[in-house]
Amino acid sequence: MNRALLQLVVTRVREILRQPEAVFWTFLFPVLMSVALGVAFRGERPDPASAIVVEGPGASRLEASLAADNAVIVRRAAREEAEARLRTGKAAILVVPGDPLTYRFDPTRPESHLARSRVDAALQRAAGRVDPIPVREEPVREPGSRYIDFLVPGLLGMNLMGGGLWGIGWTIVEMRIRKLLKLQLTTPMRRRDFLLSHVLVRVVFLPLEVVPLLLLSRLLFDVRVAGSYAALALLSLLGAVSFAGLGTLVASRARTTGTISGLINLCSLPMFVLSGVFFSTSRFPEAMQPWIRALPLTALNDALRALMVDGTALAGLGAPLLVLALWGAGSFVVALRVFRWS
Amino acid sequence: MRLSVAAAGLIKRYDKVTAVDGLDLEVLEGECFGLLGPNGAGKTTTIEILVGLLAPTAGEVRVLGERWGVNDPFLRSRIGVALQETRFADRLTVREVVVLFRSFYPKGREPGEVIREVGLEEKAGAWTGKLSGGQRQRLALACALVGDPELLVLDEPTTGLDPQARLRMGETIRTYRERGRTVLVSTHYMDEAQRLCDRVAVIDRGKVIAMGTPSSLIESLGGDLVVEFVLSAGEVTENELRGVDGVRGVRRKNGAFHVTAGEGHVTVPALLDRLRDRGATPGRMTIRHATLEDVYVNLTGRHLRDE
Repeated sequence: MNRALLQLVVTRVREILRQPEAVFWTFLFPVLMSVALGVAFRGERPDPASAIVVEGPGASRLEASLAADNAVIVRRAAREEAEARLRTGKAAILVVPGDPLTYRFDPTRPESHLARSRVDAALQRAAGRVDPIPVREEPVREPGSRYIDFLVPGLLGMNLMGGGLWGIGWTIVEMRIRKLLKLQLTTPMRRRDFLLSHVLVRVVFLPLEVVPLLLLSRLLFDVRVAGSYAALALLSLLGAVSFAGLGTLVASRARTTGTISGLINLCSLPMFVLSGVFFSTSRFPEAMQPWIRALPLTALNDALRALMVDGTALAGLGAPLLVLALWGAGSFVVALRVFRWS
Repeated sequence: MRLSVAAAGLIKRYDKVTAVDGLDLEVLEGECFGLLGPNGAGKTTTIEILVGLLAPTAGEVRVLGERWGVNDPFLRSRIGVALQETRFADRLTVREVVVLFRSFYPKGREPGEVIREVGLEEKAGAWTGKLSGGQRQRLALACALVGDPELLVLDEPTTGLDPQARLRMGETIRTYRERGRTVLVSTHYMDEAQRLCDRVAVIDRGKVIAMGTPSSLIESLGGDLVVEFVLSAGEVTENELRGVDGVRGVRRKNGAFHVTAGEGHVTVPALLDRLRDRGATPGRMTIRHATLEDVYVNLTGRHLRDE
C-alpha cells in the first residue's frame, strides 16, 4: 500500500473513531436492529389459529369442541362482527353452524389454510372421528434448520449492504457538499487512492459489523456457523468490498443528501425484497430467477447461507463469489470514471 | 528568464456570466506576482484554471512549462496551492492534516517544520474545527508548502485576517521566496500587493487592465503624490485645476478633489494660489503617496471595494 493511501485510510479511521455517535449509528445500531428482527421472527412455536364460531344453533357446542384443542383460539361472535374480524385479519377462519358446517376463509392467506385444517381436525375428532393411522409428532428444534438459521445470514448480508451504501455514499457526498475535497485535488493525490481508501476503511470496521451480530445470534438464538470461520471472514470481506464498490458508485455524482438517500434506497430496497433476506427467493417466478441471482445481495445471502447453514466450503461457492467480485470491481471502475470531483 | 505561469486568451464562460474574458498573464520564475482586483473581478476563477481545477472555455495555459492533462500528478507535485477559505475535516488535528498532505507528495518537507514556519506550532494538536479563520488560512498555507513546491499559488490568503496575521502571512511568503521560488498571489488589498509583489496585474471584469511593477504602475499616473481636498467655500472646475503647475490629473468624486501631482513643494502652493484666485477655500486638505488603489480608480473610475 502506498503512503498516501495508508494516510487516507488512517485519517478516515481517526475521524470515524472521533465521532462515537457515528460508530454507534453506522455499525452497532444495524446489529441491534437485526437482533430485534431476529427476536420477532425467531419462530419458536407457531401461533395458534384464531377461529370464530358464528352465532347460530349449535354454536356453543362447536365452540366447546374447538376450545378443547390448544392449537386453536376460539371465540363466538355475531355474523356481522365475525365477518369484520375476518376481513381485518383478526380472525383466520369463520365456522358457520348448519348442515353442512361452513368454513369461511381466504385461501390465499397461509394462516387461514392452517386454521382450516386445524379447526376441521379438532371438530371431526370431537365428533368421534378416529384416525386410522396412529401418528407421533416430533417438533424440530435442531440448530441449523429453523427459520432463525435462515434469517441470520440474510440479516448479515443486509447489514453489509447497508454499511457499504450508507457508510460510503453518505460520507463522500457530505465531503462534496462541505467542499473538503477541493484542496486535496490540487495535490498529486491519486483519485483512485481517495476512493480506494473509503473501501479499505470499510474493511477496517468490518469486524464491528459481523462479530457482534454472530455473537448475539449465537447467545440468544443458538445460531451456529456450520462452515469454517476463516471462510466466513473471507466471504464477509468480499461482500463488504463489493458493496463498498457499489457505495462509491452511488456517491459518484450526487450533490445533495436528498439525491444520495434516494439513490441508496433505489439500490437497496429492491434487494431487501428480492434477494432473500426474510424469505426465500424461490417465491418469485422462474422467469425472474436469473435476474435475482445476478443481484449482489442475492449472491452474498446465498453464499452466507450455504456456508453458515450447510457448511459449504468457499470452493463450492464459485458462482456467487464471482457475482460479488464483478459487482464490486465493476462499480469501482465506473465510479472512478464518472466521479464528480468538483 | 523562464516563465513559471503563462496564460493567453483565457476565457471562462458560465451559462450567462463571463467570469474571465480574454486574460493574458506571464509570471516569471522567482518573482512574486500579484493578481489585484475587486471581488468578482475573476481572480479566483483565473487561479482555479491556472492550478488545473477548472477547464477554461478557451485559451492556453502553461504552468512550469507544462500543459494540464498531460501528466497532472507530476505537475501537481511541483506546485502548492492554498485556496480561498479552505475547509478541513473538523475532527482532525493540524498536524494530522499536514501529515496527510505531505503523504500526497513524492518528496517534501518535514510537517513539524512547516507548521512552525506558518506559526501554528501551539495549535499542532488542536482539531481544525477549533481554529480561527486566520489559523485555518495558515493551515492551508502549510498544506501548500509541505510538498516543497517550485510554485506557490495563493488565492486571497489574507482576506478576513487581522493586520497582525496579515503581516505574519507576508513573512512566511518572503521566507519561501528566499530560495528563489515563484509566488502567484491574488488579493484585493493594494497595500499588500505593493508590499509583497514584484509585479502585479490589475484585473477588472475578467481582463488584465494594467500590468507592471507597483512603482511603474503608480508612475503611470504621472506623479506619485495625491492631494485630496474638499471645498468649504466657493467653487472651482476640474479644468481650472488641470492648468496648475505640476498637476498631472484631476478627478472629482462626491465633491472631493483628487489631484495627482509630481512634486509636492511646487504643486501644493500653486494649487492653493489658484484656489484663492477663484475665491474658493479648501477644507481638510491631505497629501499622501499614490497607491495601486489610485491606479485602479484612475483606470476604472471605481474603487476596489465598490462592488
